[in-house]
Amino acid sequence: MIEGISIYEILTLTSILFFIGIYGFITRKNLISILISVELILNASVVNFVVINKYLYPDILQGVFVSIFIIAIAAAETALAVSIIINLYRQISSVEVKDTEIMKY
Amino acid sequence: MIVSAIASVASRKMLRSVIYLLFVLSGIAGIFFLVDYNFLAAIQLTVYAGGIIVLVIFSVLLVHHIEMKLEVSKFINRLLTAIACLIGIIIFVTIIYSYDFKVAENSTTTTTAEIGMGLLSYEAGGFILPFEVISVLLLAVMVGAIVIAKGKMLIPKSDESI
Repeated sequence: MIEGISIYEILTLTSILFFIGIYGFITRKNLISILISVELILNASVVNFVVINKYLYPDILQGVFVSIFIIAIAAAETALAVSIIINLYRQISSVEVKDTEIMKY
Repeated sequence: MIVSAIASVASRKMLRSVIYLLFVLSGIAGIFFLVDYNFLAAIQLTVYAGGIIVLVIFSVLLVHHIEMKLEVSKFINRLLTAIACLIGIIIFVTIIYSYDFKVAENSTTTTTAEIGMGLLSYEAGGFILPFEVISVLLLAVMVGAIVIAKGKMLIPKSDESI
């Protein structure tokens, strides 16, 4: 645990981070910005896992493993999303959400 | 870190918001260092700050002019979303502060060897199956990303020059 920092403060910080991600996810009109917001949300959840593991159950490591898996899945998701965005940009020359209609056949 | 996060979702310029996201990720790696999970912090720095940020910057540079201003949504929409998010934050924080966490006093340091043994153990609490599944998933994602990014080139007699 961190000396002088309680678990409440870190959980408050992660919930603020999570809702910033939600805000960006709703308000931005660009696919890459939405990707960035999703990264913020995933990071907030990872920090939650790690901090709860460290503060409440310091003898086991389950939270660390779950965090590793979340990070790996986030990397995979980002790679796929970037490839889809680039392919989409080739076809319709835009990455705005309102122009994206070609994906639904 | 919070300021950087707000800036990364509010900045009008694409590249700047990616750089703000980089600051947020580095701050989170700092939190991991503070709670003594050095391996996790190293993963965070290499995978996120090294891999994902570079990938996103590449895609931004491929699909944008750098100085292009982003289109933002209407003010009333942004205001409504901000109010909803504030209500959500307030609810979360009240719930968190009303719960009594039983914090265990500890100062143990987790070594990388323990994490490796846990990931590869067959006993109860071992994570060998998700570990293997996620390696297969990563391989599938890499193949899929390459196929999608190649796009029309796979179809024969395509006269589209890319």
